Amino acid sequence: MKRYVIIGGGIAAASCAEGIRSRDQRGIVTVISEEKELYYRPLISYYLEGKTSLDHMKYRDGDFYQKINADIRYGTRAVSIRKDQQEVLLSDGEVLPYDELCLATGSSPFVPAFEGLETVENKTAFMSLEDMLRLEKMVGASSRVLIIGAGLIGLKCAEGLLRRVQSVTVCDLADRILSSILDEPCAALMQQHLERYGMQFLLGDSVKRFEKNLAYMASGKEVSFDVLVLCVGVRPNLTLFKELGGKTDRGILVDERMATSIEHIYASGDCTQGFDLSCGKKRIMAILPNASMQGFTAGVNMTGASQALMNLIPMNAIGFFGFHALTAGSYEGALYEEKTDHSIKRLYIQDDLLKGFMLIGVQERAGIYTSLIRDQVPLSSLNEELMKKMPTTAAYSAEIRRKKFGGAV
Amino acid sequence: MKRVYVNEEWCLGCHLCEYNCAFANSGKPNMAVALKGKPIFPNIHVEGDDKITYAVSCRHCEDPICVRSCIAGALSKSDAGVVQIDHSRCVGCYTCLLVCPYGALAPGADGLMSKCELCLTNGLGEPACVAGCPNRAIVYEEREVI
Amino acid sequence: MGIDYIVPEFEVDRNEQRCIHCRVCECQCANEVHSYSKEAGIMLSDETRCVNCQRCVSLCPTRALKIVKNPCSFRENANWQPDLIKEVYRQASTGGVLLSSMGTPKPYPVYWDRILINASQVTNPSIDPLREPMETKVFLGKRPEKISRDPEGNLITKLPPQITLSMPVMFSAMSYGSISYNAHASLARAATKLGILYNTGEGGLHEDFYRYGPNTIVQVASGRFGVHEGYLEAGAAIEIKMGQGAKPGIGGHLPGAKIVGDVSRTRMIPEGTDAISPAPHHDIYSIEDLRQLVYSLKEATNYEKPVIVKVAAVHNIAAIASGIARSGADIIAIDGFRGGTGAAPTRIRDNVGIPIELALASVDRRLRDEGIRGNVSLVVGGSIRCASDVVKAIALGADACYIATAALLALGCHLCRTCHSGKCNWGIATQRPDLVKRLNPDIGSERLVNLMNAWRHEIMELMGGMGINSIEALKGNRLMLRGVGLSGKELEILGISHAGE
Repeated sequence: MKRYVIIGGGIAAASCAEGIRSRDQRGIVTVISEEKELYYRPLISYYLEGKTSLDHMKYRDGDFYQKINADIRYGTRAVSIRKDQQEVLLSDGEVLPYDELCLATGSSPFVPAFEGLETVENKTAFMSLEDMLRLEKMVGASSRVLIIGAGLIGLKCAEGLLRRVQSVTVCDLADRILSSILDEPCAALMQQHLERYGMQFLLGDSVKRFEKNLAYMASGKEVSFDVLVLCVGVRPNLTLFKELGGKTDRGILVDERMATSIEHIYASGDCTQGFDLSCGKKRIMAILPNASMQGFTAGVNMTGASQALMNLIPMNAIGFFGFHALTAGSYEGALYEEKTDHSIKRLYIQDDLLKGFMLIGVQERAGIYTSLIRDQVPLSSLNEELMKKMPTTAAYSAEIRRKKFGGAV
Repeated sequence: MKRVYVNEEWCLGCHLCEYNCAFANSGKPNMAVALKGKPIFPNIHVEGDDKITYAVSCRHCEDPICVRSCIAGALSKSDAGVVQIDHSRCVGCYTCLLVCPYGALAPGADGLMSKCELCLTNGLGEPACVAGCPNRAIVYEEREVI
Repeated sequence: MGIDYIVPEFEVDRNEQRCIHCRVCECQCANEVHSYSKEAGIMLSDETRCVNCQRCVSLCPTRALKIVKNPCSFRENANWQPDLIKEVYRQASTGGVLLSSMGTPKPYPVYWDRILINASQVTNPSIDPLREPMETKVFLGKRPEKISRDPEGNLITKLPPQITLSMPVMFSAMSYGSISYNAHASLARAATKLGILYNTGEGGLHEDFYRYGPNTIVQVASGRFGVHEGYLEAGAAIEIKMGQGAKPGIGGHLPGAKIVGDVSRTRMIPEGTDAISPAPHHDIYSIEDLRQLVYSLKEATNYEKPVIVKVAAVHNIAAIASGIARSGADIIAIDGFRGGTGAAPTRIRDNVGIPIELALASVDRRLRDEGIRGNVSLVVGGSIRCASDVVKAIALGADACYIATAALLALGCHLCRTCHSGKCNWGIATQRPDLVKRLNPDIGSERLVNLMNAWRHEIMELMGGMGINSIEALKGNRLMLRGVGLSGKELEILGISHAGE
């Protein structure tokens, strides 16, 4: 009987356990989770917004690990790994031997060393259920909230809070919001939308120092606030792996089987840096769908199979107050653009392939574009003009379409 | 499992499937009451051009990427293989829409995702799009796995 | 354009409370009656284009539509009826010959409806077809005058070629071109399933349908379209079309616009050229000439296939049939004047020819009188509408019936009688690909099979009632028929007694 150990408390860990069970019903699966429960992490902002409940946030009704017969150790930390002995040392002193190990350690908020940060009383990161519940306690109807970071996390947090507090101001060193996924015009369109709802922005600006409830900005502005949320960025949790001398870049480097440079150690999810098909390089693609696919693949391969996960790309679906931005892939190559007052579509095409796209305010059937990237469909094999105008399977040849939809009667 | 298949050769592009779907999932006893004067949000959509038309609805994939990608656990695959949505869990993030290679998911009137559940949850038994197709272009049958 | 004298014949009655603006009516009407006004948010109707084919009515999901007769009427006049007035207006504005489709709608007597069928009571038992065997199979072709056997009792007479039918009904000639590919596919598939025959008409045989050959009659008409060796060999029988009930004495004209793609290939004429079938066969001016063609076709097919000669029911039909029976033909098909057509001059359709009932009765008697009834089988068409029409036709002397209008009705035809427009909304009488695809042969053939099975059951019920257990025993059994409300002359021609006699 194989002994599997998974370190991590998120979706990558859960999917890894699921992947193992898809091929091995008898092996012992032990999951080490620092967090006290398994939940859908991206829902924390939706909870603030009132769109979900704590009950609904639980991953598959909360009894997922019991159902698949895995030994889950909530509130336990893996202190170190002894790769030669194939053992994990836990925070409660237990030593867990493993045949196969998966690191799904995720990432942690990165907090720069702001001067005077320690004088701010009400502050939190926004990464976990615990962070969110802490934040919920801090805010009231009269709160003025300052959020550092206009990325995906910062803005979702802002959206969640906006209707519960007096004001939300988001500042970012970058000159636009969502700078990691949107270019200037797309970001501007989204920003307009958010401003219409009353969100305030300080862009191209940063905090020089805090003094209690006051932030002194580099621009000279002063922002008075009641609650500070730090969403500057996240960093993969690599320590355990680095100590072993494993190969890392910005994340744990994994191959297409999710194997790391160290034998019997796999990795998946936000802590990894895997192959991005859209740009041909290894990138961190910290999103839930990829964590799920990577975790499952790692689990399958830990049982001795050899399954390659070749078609991962960065993808983001992010919406605020009913207005959505959908992006995927890499923004490389020739640009095809369509624009209206309320929408922008940008497609990036290179070497007869769709490499990436940004869609703001238009979303119909966007998954067809995503599949073009993930399946590397040569655009010359379909009606490219039609496909550019709108994502539709009508652009495929009848034969391919018949295959896709299951053939004629 | 039985799935909904569309035969392009016989699809007339009449869009009746969309209306039958919207009606079937409206919970109303009469189509006029259910749909008159309202935009419809069917779970099946007619696509195509002036030559070829066909209707697209959820393929109920063997390994559905939408289920894997759902950030809220709203999408799941039933034991029978049906990809289902739990509206009480959906938060309308559009991730499923971003990943579905068929373009089979779309938001409903409430902004939350809506999808074909083969009329198994609305009490009809046979998919309304199939029953109402005037040219038997939409069929509900067992075939080799896609 | 001056004043349009003709007011629309129909009105679109749209129930606004039910209409959900799904626009199915709009997308399904090839005549473009329906449209949607975005500005007003309502559906509009242009009744001038409506032909009352009821496609929109049938597809409207909320049953919000009715097509009703426009009550706007001319001042009543028993002599100048509305249709006549409109025809004058139409001709005054176009100067052309009026065209019509399908059978005549004029109120000529339908003799089927004046003939009643007998049933057994007390002295002779009726038969329950659900409990006892009942034979609906028929053979068509020449009967040998006598048969001889060798000393062992084996048959040594060589039987002439025969057609075997599971029931005494066939689908009559409708050309590919006048009707669509899918209509043909439906007929061919249904005929095969049923064990009966369908007929190519004069448009040739599409290459896809050669596989239905054993259930196909291939037609040779005056235009000779699509006729070649392979075509003749493909069918189970060959039909020489001399005339058609709906338009006796004239030929056919399929406009070049319909001679496209497969239709042109199948007819073996260039795309865009008019397909003109001459009024006569230019090589047939006598029974002797006909005999030459009959034997040419037999020679070409090794005397393996029966040859049918189809004529319209006209005056002196008995003498004509007598001639044909001596021409070497195996089967005579007679087409009554109420028969359908894809297009015919209105005046001809409504005024030329005679009813099939009278033609059949007189032909059968004449052939018997001359002792040549066994030379040929008789097939009659031209408005056989139901199972009792079939039974009456058999009792009047027919071997089998041809049906076409009833078959088209099964496929969805609503008898709007505008086949000649080429815009059949039911995908039958059209070559427009978007309309053709509306007829799914899976459904079409299924409906035809249903119809024929239903008729077959009804035929068995009617025969059982008479105490007759096979079509053979019913054939020419005029004692089973009685007329009602018919004159002495009519009864004499029909060869039946009046009810009560």
